[in-house]
Amino acid sequence: MLDAVKGFGVTFSHMFKKTVTTKYPEKPDATAPRYHGRHILNRHPDGLEKCIGCELCAWACPADAIYVEGGDNTEDQRYSPGERYASVYQINYARCIFCGLCIEACPTRSLTMSNEYELARDNRKDLIFTKEQLLAPLLPGMEQPPHAMRLGDSEKDYYLGALTNPGVSAGAEKRS
Amino acid sequence: MGLEEKLPSGVLLTTVQGLVNWTRKASFWPATFGLACCAIEMMATGAARYDTARWGMEVFRASPRQADLMIVAGRVSQKMAPVLRQIYDQMPDPKWVLSMGVCASSGGMFNNYAIVQGVDHIVPVDMYLPGCPPRPEMLLDAILKLHEKIMAEPLGKNGEKMKAEKEARYGKPVVAPGSMPSSYSHNKKLRAEWEKAAAEGKEEQLRIQKWMERGTHV
Repeated sequence: MLDAVKGFGVTFSHMFKKTVTTKYPEKPDATAPRYHGRHILNRHPDGLEKCIGCELCAWACPADAIYVEGGDNTEDQRYSPGERYASVYQINYARCIFCGLCIEACPTRSLTMSNEYELARDNRKDLIFTKEQLLAPLLPGMEQPPHAMRLGDSEKDYYLGALTNPGVSAGAEKRS
Repeated sequence: MGLEEKLPSGVLLTTVQGLVNWTRKASFWPATFGLACCAIEMMATGAARYDTARWGMEVFRASPRQADLMIVAGRVSQKMAPVLRQIYDQMPDPKWVLSMGVCASSGGMFNNYAIVQGVDHIVPVDMYLPGCPPRPEMLLDAILKLHEKIMAEPLGKNGEKMKAEKEARYGKPVVAPGSMPSSYSHNKKLRAEWEKAAAEGKEEQLRIQKWMERGTHV
């Protein structure tokens, strides 16, 4: 008889304990700083895309979630510094396992990951993110490509200048 | 009755529809159906920290006869496929399927002969949740998106007619029910911003921008 009351006592004592429940939809907790969330295709400080359409991310992907089609930059249609850009860039989030091997493979640090994780959709088609969805927003001072190279005469100037002027490359470069 | 003639047309049915849909979403009992590592995250979601009891779904029913929602958590092998279908058939209507994780959604990284390439080959899926495995917040987000979809579901034949009429008059909603991230839909300010961005087709850019502004990663 007394044991039963004791049991309720344990339960009742929890009334005065701090709740552990997260306030998720209203106030989401911050993720770990390096949490692998959805990808971002970054831009140079003048708005040109960093992606050069090399497909190394697609080759590195263990789940075959990335599809890239390269295209040639011309003088009047320039999307990225250098010769090539990605004319089609798709990530299939119904396949992506967020391992980050594509980020390691990217030679221009064009592809990085954000901490955004709310990706559920009600059809498979919406889970295929296209280039328009993945590209970083245009920050002040950026111009919508295609346009000429504004930061130098060749792509070399972009990469050499990147150490001091990284553009939108969320994460590591931002810390000074 | 006479009441429905005095009320403006549509009011009574929409109210009943809202009430019925609310009762459906507010006690949303999932069937226990863990197949792989996603099930661990599903259990974590049910436990105290993430606490699905906040939405009346803390009881994972052991019997499909008492469940409304099947969370397919994990990879479905060809051998498991008929079992999965049977569990689905045993659930009473109305029922929903949430495909949790990339393996259930599309086969994920297991593109081979042993794994079904997406449970939608076997059962109709209402919500696809990517991630490998998805963190508990992602599952909560998927469930809340499913709630939103249920709330927008038309009730019966007349409900469907009413929905079609409404769409013909006002056009389809800018943000389809169940496509806005939960942290946006549960915050008035963010919700308005998302709706504005969605009208311009820039909702994903908004998301990246907000994340950069928060700066939790630097």
